[in-house]
Parts: sequence; structure tokens; C-alpha cells
Amino acid sequence: MFFNGKARSVGAKRIEVQNFQASPSNTNTSFNFIAMNKTWIIIKREYSSRVRKKTFILSTLLTPLLFIAVIAVIAIITIKNIKEEKIAVVDGDGILQSSLENSKSVRYDFTAGIDTGNFAAKGYSAILLAPRTGINQTDNFKIITEKSLSRFADDRIRKDINRALENKMISQELKVDPKRIDSIKNRAETVAISTTKRGEDGNMKESNLGVASAIGYVTGFLIYITLFIYGVMVMRGVMEEKTSRIAEVIVSSVKPFQLMLGKIIGIGAVGLTQFLIWIVLIGIMSAVASSLIPPEVLLQVQQSQQGMPGGSEGSSDAIRTLASAQTTLSSINWPLVIGCFLFYFLGGYLFYASLFAAVGSAVNEDAQDAQSLSLPITLPIILAIFIMMNAINDPGSSLATWSSMIPFFSPIVMMARVPFGVPDTVPYWQLAVSMILLVSGFLFTTWLSAKIYRTGILSYGKKPSWKQMIQWMSR
Amino acid sequence: MILELKNLKKYYATQKAVDDISFSIEPGSIFGLLGPNGAGKTTLLRMITGIFYPDEGQILFNGKPFNAEKDIEHIGYMPEERGLYKKMKIGEQALYLAQLKGLSKERAMVMIKEWFVRLEMETWWNKKVEDLSKGMSQKLQFVTTVLHKPKLIILDEPFSGLDPVNSNIIKEEIFNLAKGGATVIFSTHRMEQVEEICDQIVLVNKGKKILDGTVKEVKQQFKQHLFRIGFDTMPALNDHPSFDIIKQNNEHLLTVRIAEGQSPNDVLNYYLQQDASIISFNEVLPSLTEIFIQLVEGTPGARQFQNVNA
Repeated sequence: MFFNGKARSVGAKRIEVQNFQASPSNTNTSFNFIAMNKTWIIIKREYSSRVRKKTFILSTLLTPLLFIAVIAVIAIITIKNIKEEKIAVVDGDGILQSSLENSKSVRYDFTAGIDTGNFAAKGYSAILLAPRTGINQTDNFKIITEKSLSRFADDRIRKDINRALENKMISQELKVDPKRIDSIKNRAETVAISTTKRGEDGNMKESNLGVASAIGYVTGFLIYITLFIYGVMVMRGVMEEKTSRIAEVIVSSVKPFQLMLGKIIGIGAVGLTQFLIWIVLIGIMSAVASSLIPPEVLLQVQQSQQGMPGGSEGSSDAIRTLASAQTTLSSINWPLVIGCFLFYFLGGYLFYASLFAAVGSAVNEDAQDAQSLSLPITLPIILAIFIMMNAINDPGSSLATWSSMIPFFSPIVMMARVPFGVPDTVPYWQLAVSMILLVSGFLFTTWLSAKIYRTGILSYGKKPSWKQMIQWMSR
Repeated sequence: MILELKNLKKYYATQKAVDDISFSIEPGSIFGLLGPNGAGKTTLLRMITGIFYPDEGQILFNGKPFNAEKDIEHIGYMPEERGLYKKMKIGEQALYLAQLKGLSKERAMVMIKEWFVRLEMETWWNKKVEDLSKGMSQKLQFVTTVLHKPKLIILDEPFSGLDPVNSNIIKEEIFNLAKGGATVIFSTHRMEQVEEICDQIVLVNKGKKILDGTVKEVKQQFKQHLFRIGFDTMPALNDHPSFDIIKQNNEHLLTVRIAEGQSPNDVLNYYLQQDASIISFNEVLPSLTEIFIQLVEGTPGARQFQNVNA
């Protein structure tokens, strides 16, 4: 982060000068260079020792596989579930005859000689009994099943009956061909309706609440999970250094603050690496996967997810939905969302990681101590995820607004709000205040943690009390 | 003077860990910092290594005020609570610690190889620390402490857990380093090692310095004018104004204390007049252990907690 090549080469020149002249005016700069150089060495160790671990490699490679596998399983289950149900219809008065339409999931059979006693034996999953009381008395339809029908099929049958009755009534009472009504309806439905919001600059912007909240959910949860994974990794790293008694050896070479900072930055870099690999792998895998799945299956999945009526009309609807989803996806300001995500991931990580480091330095081997001492840190993270769910439903509420500016919650809550639009939902000033507070927040927690850390890593024995830790801070 | 401490103080909430300690160490000497458990040795060493700042007082390193960031590269510190990354390979670990001491990678590699050959550790490079025995990791620790050729080497209980063979190897290396011009501070409560190794000692107890000097001086200071006389055949044991008989060790040895103002010659004269056949005569100096016990005894074994208003 702070160690770009330029700064280092400048420092390197300075130190050469100092070697020759030993001029005291240069000492300060070159010592900062030494300090930075050592922090860099620590960062490299923290990073490479973790990246080379088998667990890292496995989890990095397997997580996207798992991700794809879960999606594939869900898709397969959805497809498998749409099996055809054969329904026997007993329709003495012919109310439904010729107006019940078969669909992919339900097929109606008007064969005579089937009754409630033998439908199952003849291979039907249900029997539908129409009333013989005329078309206007429609409360007497009965469906009798052997095993309960899937909710999907059940819905289908109800809709089919409604539609059949509707068609019958239209043709009998209005003397109109139902097909003409259908075509009018279709024409009316194809009119696109989009919810638009007036931005402050007067421009109309298209918004898609579903996509925005999905992005909010995913990014918020990702930050939530990574805060935990990498925060705890920092804590355990510090505990390892303390229990293996290497801390004192190292702080005789570098300042405790450098050791802490090196660990935090090194592990943060591990996190970023993992993200990048995941993004690339998921990109490759989904490209490969989508080229392997035949387009008909993709369409079926689309249909079943949308619950679209009728196979043939449904497919065009699905394509329409896909197309509109693509337009809304492209309407999201991706550079802003990704930029904010990286900022809030890093800011939130730095804010919490130093606190985790302080806890790790205070406890000894005892995992229970670590758990009880880290509770005050994990609590706000968990609270933030609840506020986030609230904020997704109402991103403009005062709870969402205020907690998206408090550094304890902002990394998670703000990520739920940003996809809804900047500056409409999140004004620029709120984003600025949130970011400034987060940066000053992590500077503060780092400063505070460093004070606990430098005493903590060298004190062995029982877990310190809160009072003692406050004393360490003020020392 | 390589190191001078002037009126160093460090108070904790419940302890005066270091309470006004001053001493100085000459370059190239082996210096013993002694004291019972909890006397404040570790706190003192942590101040010398720049881990803690003193509350009061001054540390001069090479005649200049101690600057932790700069001078730390000339100090090698092996703390009592020491360890290594268990999962890290030994070669990488030594390289890492050397780089943190400011050595370039290339220079560090040369030094590590040199030491590994010297202490027969060449085959260790790709092993992990968890594969080492306690003595082996102690050896590795010693190497990483002295790798960067520090001017001041601080060893806190360097022999704990080492078998006699490895102890001797390390002891030889300590002598070599001192011969090479390095100054060694050696902290322990094992007196027999101190007597063997150290030129100068300081004894601290309860945060205060209670003794300072060369081993010889200290022994002289605490000598009780005891002499041991060996006889062919034991003479009659009569009291004499110039000495008291303290103890008859066996049939041939007698320990006597010479009275104030008298000299060993008076004792010898007396026994010569008695026609006793003397076969040996030597002074009995107190061991450091005895001095240590004498000085520390009577104070509570463990430090008591006290309120400090600093």
C-alpha cells in the first residue's frame, strides 16, 4: 500500500548517501526507510507463508467449484421437479372438456371409466371431479390425490381450471371467441413498464430494485464473511506469535507496531489475492458451464424460475426477461459499486483486524479466552448484518443512513445502499462522511490496538482484565 | 564503555520493576546480570534492547544516547521467553530474522551458511522447527541471535534445556565472540556458569542493584578469611588468638578463620612451631552461589505486590 517502488528507491539512495557522509540531517529519512523496509519484510513473510499453505490453495480453488456445484444442483433439482403429472378428469357436464389445456407439467385425461377408487392404479397422480351443477356454481371442484401434488402442479391445475372456466364463460355469455381476448391481453402485456425515479439533476434514471438489492446482499455478505475470516486469521496469527514465544525475539528487531502492521497488511493482501482468484475462476467456470448447457435447458430453467405459463408463450417471455435483466445489469454503475466494495472491504478489514490483533495479543493459548474477549468486536459485525437486511428493504431510512456512516457498521451497511444509486439514494455527502469516518476509524483502532498489542504480546500468564487493558492503552 | 546505564527506572502499576539501577560494561567483556526470579532482570534487558522505554534515567550505547531504531542492529538479544515459527523452514526462518536485523538477503545467506557449517547444522535447512528437539532449536536460536555480528549480545538463560555437550559448544562460541570483540551480557541465576564465564557481574534484587564488580573483586569483598590446611597427620586442635577452627573436614583437612589483624603467616607459624607436617595451605573464597544466597536470603522469596505512586 504505502510501499510503492518509487518511495523505496528514493529511500535506497538516501541510505547510500548516509553511508558515505554520515550526515546527521539525513538520518531521519533513512531510518524511516529502514522501518518501512522491515515492515515490508514482515508483510512478505505473512503473505507468502499463508499463500503457500495447502489449506489456502485448496479453499481458493474449491470455493468457486463449490459455488458452481451448488448452482448446478439447484438447476438440476428444479428441472427434475417439473415432471409431468397425469390428471384424470371426471367431467359429466363437459364444463372443462376442450378448454383445459395440457402443459409441460400437467396433462389432463378425459378417458371414461376412471373413478376415485382406481385412478392411482391406472397411473394418474390425481383425479379432478367437476361439479354437475352448471357453470355458475364453481365452488365444487375437487381434486383427490394419492400423494400430495407439488405446489407447482397444484397451482398449475387451479390456474388451468380458472382459465378454462373463464374461456367458457366468455364464449357462452359474451359470445366472443376467447382467442381474441387473449390476443388483446397479450398486446396489452407487452407494453414495457419501468419504474423510474427522478434524480436530483432532473434526469430520469431507470432503476431496478431487484437487481440493486441482490447486489447489496451479495456484497454486504461478502464483506461480513471476509471481516470474520481475515479478522480471526489476524487474531490467530498474533496468538501464534505470542504462544510460540517468538514475539519477543522479533520485537527486539522491529517495533511491535511494525510487527502488527505487517501482519495486518500481509493478511489483507492474502484476502485480496483470494478475491481476485475467485473472480477470475468464477468468470472462467461460468463461461465454460454456460457453453456446456444446451440452450433449451437454460430456457427451461428460466421458465421454471419465473413460473411462466404455457410452454410456447413462456419461452419468448423468458427471453424478454433475460433481455430486460441484461439492460438493468448494465444500468448499474459497476465501477462505482466495485470501487466502493474494494474500499469498504479494505477499510472494514483494517478497522476490525487491528482490534482482532489487540485481542490476540492479550490472550494466551486459551481459545475460550479469545472467544470471550473478541465478543465485543464480533457483536457489532453481527449487528451490522441485521441492519444491512433492513437497509436493503428501505435504503433511505434513518437507521440505514446513520449506521452507514458509523465505522462499526458502515462497511456492511453502506454496501447495501450503494447499488441503489449514488447520488439519488446515497447523497455524495453521506458517502464522503462515511468514507472519511471509516478511514479515521481504522487509524484510531490501529493506534489504540497498537498500545494494547505492545504490552500484550510480552505479558504471559493469565488473561488481563478490562481494567488492565485500559491501563495498557493509557501507558 | 559499550553500554552505560544511568539511574534507570521502570515502574509498573504494582511493581518497581527496575528502581534506580546504574552500571557500565566494557567492550569485549562477558558481563553477568544476576538475580533471583522476578528481580527485574528481564525488564532491564528489555530496556537495553529498546523494547521498553525507561521511565527515568539514561542508556548510553557506545557513548551516545541509545537510539533503539538505529542501535538495535548492533544488538543481538536472545530472550528467556523465546521461540520460533513452528511451521516455518529453518533456513527461511534464519534468513527472515537476519533480514529483520537489517542484513541484506545475500549477506544473510553467507552468514547463515557459515554458522550452519560451524555448528554442524547444514542438513537442517529444509526442516521445520517443529521437527527439532529443544536443544537443537536452542542452538538455532543462538545462531539467529549472533548472525548479524552484533557488538552487544544479550543472552537470557542461554543454557536452559541444553545438555552438557551442547552447553559446551555454546559456551565456546560465547568465548569466541568475546575474543572477537563482542560484548556479552549474560543473564542467569545459575551461579556456577557465571563463575566460569563472566568477567564482571551485577546482582540485582527487587529492582535494585546490590552488587557490582569483577568476579574476583566480589569474592574478595565477601571473603571470610577462611583457609584450608592439609596435614599429614592431624595436630592437636587448640584454639589460638590468631585464628578459630571452623571445621575439621576429615583426618587431614582443617578449615580455620583468621582473626582480624592477623595474617596467614601467623597460622602457618603456629603449626610449624607445633611440628605439624603441612602438606597444603590455601585460601577458601566464597562461591558466587554462597554470596548470592547470603545477599538474597532474608528477602521474601517471591516479590510482593506493592502500590507504586510513580
